[in-house]
Amino acid sequence: MNKILERLMEIVFLVAACMSVLAVALICFFLFVNGIPAIKEIGVFDFLLGEKWKPSNNIYGILPMILGSIYLTAGAIIIGVPIGILTSVFMAKYCPKRIYPFLKSSVELMAGIPSIVYGFFGLVLLVPFIREVFGGNGSSMLTASILLGIMILPTIVGVSEAAIRAVPSQYYEGSLALGATHERSIFFVVLPAAKSGIIAAVVLGIGRAIGETMAVIMVAGNQARLPKGIFKGVRTLTANIVIEMGYAADLHREALIATGVVLFVFILIINLSVSLLNRRKY
Amino acid sequence: MNKIVIENLDLYYKDFKALKNVNLTIPEKEIIAFIGPSGCGKSTLLKSLNRMNDLVEGCRITGLVTLDNKNIYTDIEINMLRKRVGMVFQKPNPFPMSIYDNIAYGPRTHGVKSKAKLDDIIEKSLRDAAIWEEVKDRLKKSALGLSGGQQQRLCIARALAVQPEVLLMDEPTSALDPISTSKIEDLAVELKKDYTIVMVTHNMQQAARISDKTAFFLLGEVIEYNETEKLFSMPKDKRTEDYITGRFG
Repeated sequence: MNKILERLMEIVFLVAACMSVLAVALICFFLFVNGIPAIKEIGVFDFLLGEKWKPSNNIYGILPMILGSIYLTAGAIIIGVPIGILTSVFMAKYCPKRIYPFLKSSVELMAGIPSIVYGFFGLVLLVPFIREVFGGNGSSMLTASILLGIMILPTIVGVSEAAIRAVPSQYYEGSLALGATHERSIFFVVLPAAKSGIIAAVVLGIGRAIGETMAVIMVAGNQARLPKGIFKGVRTLTANIVIEMGYAADLHREALIATGVVLFVFILIINLSVSLLNRRKY
Repeated sequence: MNKIVIENLDLYYKDFKALKNVNLTIPEKEIIAFIGPSGCGKSTLLKSLNRMNDLVEGCRITGLVTLDNKNIYTDIEINMLRKRVGMVFQKPNPFPMSIYDNIAYGPRTHGVKSKAKLDDIIEKSLRDAAIWEEVKDRLKKSALGLSGGQQQRLCIARALAVQPEVLLMDEPTSALDPISTSKIEDLAVELKKDYTIVMVTHNMQQAARISDKTAFFLLGEVIEYNETEKLFSMPKDKRTEDYITGRFG
């Protein structure tokens, strides 16, 4: 009887495990089946490197959106990674016990705030601020980068803090015992030892930033043209899909799905590079 | 010449009194062994000598510890103290970096920048720790690839690289095989020409083999402190005798 139950449960677990694999496989299949024909029709070169996106004239070049996504992600990384890593160092190694629960739950709360709320925050606070300080209409690459930088903070802080805490305390003590200060021990021994975890945190942040849609749409301006400067508007791959999917048809619609394919490939490359990086760990 | 003098030292972990009125003098360039059953306070005392106990929450100390007649809690800056009083831990703890960077870490911490000078320090420290021949061709490789015994000698080399005066060893061989253990013991005897060594050990034969003086600890007190030979051949206290003859512990 027990044997049968065990066997049965094994199957249940197997099915559960297969669900996520199946989901990924289905997404993959759907994307490629619907997207690849459009890329073929438009031409790989014209699609990926085309500088103009004019669906009404049947011109589908997504280079502006590819660059938009890359620039915004880079901006978010430049803003979010230093702040995030320093926050995690503070939380793991400096934070007084009384403040810690407050800080920890704030960061966790940040992760739970819906992106539309971030977008709203950006719209009513960041956009006017950028407009006042730097001119223009305020919806720009810089605005969206700042907002994305804030949005990836909880991911980076959470994962790096765990990585820093996982470093054996013997390293820290060994460093102190050599006469190194608290600061030096942390930044030259503990942080390097947590390197692979911190890189994972950054990559997760990149994934989050590149996939973010709602908040970006609200503050980035969304002009489908090559990005011209940090105070000018940009459109990302995700924004491109969301903005036009509602009314697109035929080739236009397929071109948007193909945009999704490109996004998917981006994420694949990011994940692949993580596993490669982790393999060559010290 | 006394290197370290401990007078009337009491140590508390919160309300628990872990060390009771400890008085010890540690002479220069000798090996002092601390023996006693687990939990008797010998490691605790060792860690008080380079103030690693400061990391333990709720740890409080009264009494006096001096290094060259200077109070280590008030008259010597803590990082300078730890530079002068090096430590080797029970479990080998090389940093997850190359062998070279492991040794260079200490000197770099204390301001040595020149590559040539670092190279010299690294070769000398590794030679002094009797591991140079084994690692000289793989200095740029990760220290974590070494065997346990090699790692421990690397840690000794790392401690030596900052040119300490005193070397504290907290059961340095308890995680090692007999061959590595004997290498570390030989090394300790070699090193006492230049360094004062204080070693905590669970292994009484080890204490008898290499130390000049031995202190026997029980329940936070120093029961007996004497020349190693005398302590093992003619213990004055009944409890010492019981312990070294294996009646308890």
